Amino acid sequence: MLNFLFLLIIYMEIYAILALSLNLIAGYTGLLSLCHAAFFAIGAYTTAIGTTIGGWNFWLVLGLSGIFAAMLGFLVGLPTLRLKGDYLAIATLGFGEVVKNVIINWDSLTRGPNGINGVPGPVLFGIQFGYDTSVGYVILYALFVVVTFLFIRRLVHSRFGRALEAIREDEVVVGAMGINAVKYKVVAFMIGAFFAGIAGSLWAVYNQSVAPQTFDFMLSVLILCMVVLGGLGNSLGALFGTMVLVLLSEAPRLTGLTSVIPAQFNQIFFGLLLIVVMIFRPQGVLGRKRISYENEVAKILERRSL
Amino acid sequence: MMLFHLSWSEIAQHVVNGITLGSIYALIALGYTMVYGILKFINFAHGEILMMGAYAGYFFYLGLNGDTLHPYSLFLFLVAMVGAMGVSALLGVTVEKLAYKPLRQAPRLAPLLSAIGVSIILSNLAAFLFGTKSKRLDYPFANETILLGTVAITPHQILIVISALVLMVTLKVFVDYTRLGKAMRATSQNMTVAKLMGIDTDFIISLTFAIGSALAAAAGMLVALEIKIYPTMGTLAGLKAFVAAVFGGIGNITGAMIGGVLLGVIETFGVAVLGIPQGLRDTVAFTILILILLFRPSGLLGKKEREKV
Repeated sequence: MLNFLFLLIIYMEIYAILALSLNLIAGYTGLLSLCHAAFFAIGAYTTAIGTTIGGWNFWLVLGLSGIFAAMLGFLVGLPTLRLKGDYLAIATLGFGEVVKNVIINWDSLTRGPNGINGVPGPVLFGIQFGYDTSVGYVILYALFVVVTFLFIRRLVHSRFGRALEAIREDEVVVGAMGINAVKYKVVAFMIGAFFAGIAGSLWAVYNQSVAPQTFDFMLSVLILCMVVLGGLGNSLGALFGTMVLVLLSEAPRLTGLTSVIPAQFNQIFFGLLLIVVMIFRPQGVLGRKRISYENEVAKILERRSL
Repeated sequence: MMLFHLSWSEIAQHVVNGITLGSIYALIALGYTMVYGILKFINFAHGEILMMGAYAGYFFYLGLNGDTLHPYSLFLFLVAMVGAMGVSALLGVTVEKLAYKPLRQAPRLAPLLSAIGVSIILSNLAAFLFGTKSKRLDYPFANETILLGTVAITPHQILIVISALVLMVTLKVFVDYTRLGKAMRATSQNMTVAKLMGIDTDFIISLTFAIGSALAAAAGMLVALEIKIYPTMGTLAGLKAFVAAVFGGIGNITGAMIGGVLLGVIETFGVAVLGIPQGLRDTVAFTILILILLFRPSGLLGKKEREKV
C-alpha cells in the first residue's frame, strides 16, 4: 500500500512537470498544442537509448533529453506557430502522430512496438536508484517539480513572460508594439518542450522501460485536461489539475474496484469533465489572474499613498 | 513511358485505388467544412460520429440481412445505410445541442476542448457497448474482381465511388438550388444578417450538423467495406478528412470534394512511388497538411481572408 502511494506521488510529480510546461505553451502563450506527448516521448526515448546502448551517465542523458525535445520543438514550432488556434491544434496533433509512427517503425533504434526494457536506474550521491528506492525518487522528482515551477514562475513575470501573455491576448497589437510574435512563440514552445523532455527522461528512468503506446494522443489530451481543469495560465492550477486527474485515473486501483468499474468509464468521465468545465467554468477551477490596466493603476496608487 | 518505376497499368490501378479512398475522405471532409463554414469551429468529434454511424449500419445490416448473402442484399445494405445516416444525424444534433451550443459565445478554445471531450466519450462508450474487438461488415454481393484491361476493380470499390458521388451531387444540388440551401449559405456568410432576414439560424446550424453527421455515417459504412469497424476507427479517418477539407479550402463544399479525392490519390501514390513504408502512410497526409498550411493556408478553392483589426 505504501509503495502504491509512492507510485502515485511519483506519477503526480512527472505529470506535474508536463502540466507546468504545457501551461507555459497553452496557458500563458495561448497556443493550443496537442503534441506534448511527443516531446515527452523524445525525452523518454533519448534516455532509454542513451543509457542502454550508449551507457551514458544519468545527468548527461537528462540534459540531452531536454535539448533534443527542445530542438524538436523548434523544428515543429517554426512552421506551425504561424498558424492560429484550431489550425495549430490540428497541425500539432498531426505532428504528434508522426512522431509516434516514426518511433513504432524505426525498429533498429527504438525496437518498434516492443519498446526498450532494462533502462538502468541512476546512481546519485552514491545511491543506486531502483525499485526499492521509491522514497529517493519521490524526493528527487520533487526537486525537479520545484525547479520547473520556480523557473516558469520567474519566466512569466519577466519582460519575456509579459510579451507571451500579450501575444495570447492580441497578436496584432503585439506586432504593432514591435514584438516579433513568432520568435517569442517559438522560444516559449521550445522551453515547454525542454521540460517535457526532462519529464520523459524521469519517466524512463523510473519505469526502467519505455513503450510507444504510452505516448499517444490521449496522453496529450490528459495533460491538456490537467491544465484546463486547474485554469489555463495558472501554475498552481496546473498542479491542482494534475493531482485531481492522477487521483481520478488511479481511483479504481486505489479503491480496489478495477473489476467493478470498466476501464472505459474513467475516460468517459474525463470527457464529461472537460465538457462540463468548459460550459460552467471555462477559466478552470482556480482561474487566472489577469494583468489589467485597473489592477496595475491600483497597485501604483497604493504604493504612492504609503 | 514510366513514372519512376511504375508502368501505365500500375499507375491506372493506383489511380483507381486512390479515387476510392479519396471519395471516402471527401464524404467525411464535407462534414468538417460545412460546420466550419457556419460556426468557424473544427468539430473534433466528427470522426467519432462516423464510427457510431458505422456501428449503427453494421447492426442494421446484420439485423435486416443476417449472415447469408441474398440477391437483394445490396438493397438491404442501402436501407441500412439510410438508417445509419438517420442515427448519426440524430447523434450529431444532440451533441451540438448539449456540448457546443452553450459555448457559442465562449472563447474559441472552449468549443474545441468540449469537442475533444465528446470524442473521448463516444469512442469509449463504443468500446464499452460493442467491445474493443473489431467487427467485419460483410460485402452485400459476391466479391469478384472485375478486370478492366489490366486494372482490377472490386465491386465494393464501385459501390464506394457511386454512393459517394450520389451523396455529393445531392448535397451540392440541395445547397445550391433549394431554399434551405440558400438559408444555409446566407448563415455561413453572415449569421447576424441572416438572422435579421428572418432565417432561423439555430435550426440551420442543427441542420448542418445533421447533414454532416449523416454523410459521415455513410462514409463510415463505406470505410467498413475496406477496413474493419472498431471504436477508434474514426480518429485517423477524421483527421485525414480534415486535412482534405483544409486542402480544398475549408468552408468550401466543392473544395472538400476535390481535396478529398486528391488526398486519396496522393496518399496512394506516396506509398507506391516514393516507397514509403505502410507504417508511415499516415505521415503523408500530415506532411501535406503542414505544407498547405504554410504555403496556401486558404486551400485550393478557399478565399484569402485578411485579418481585420
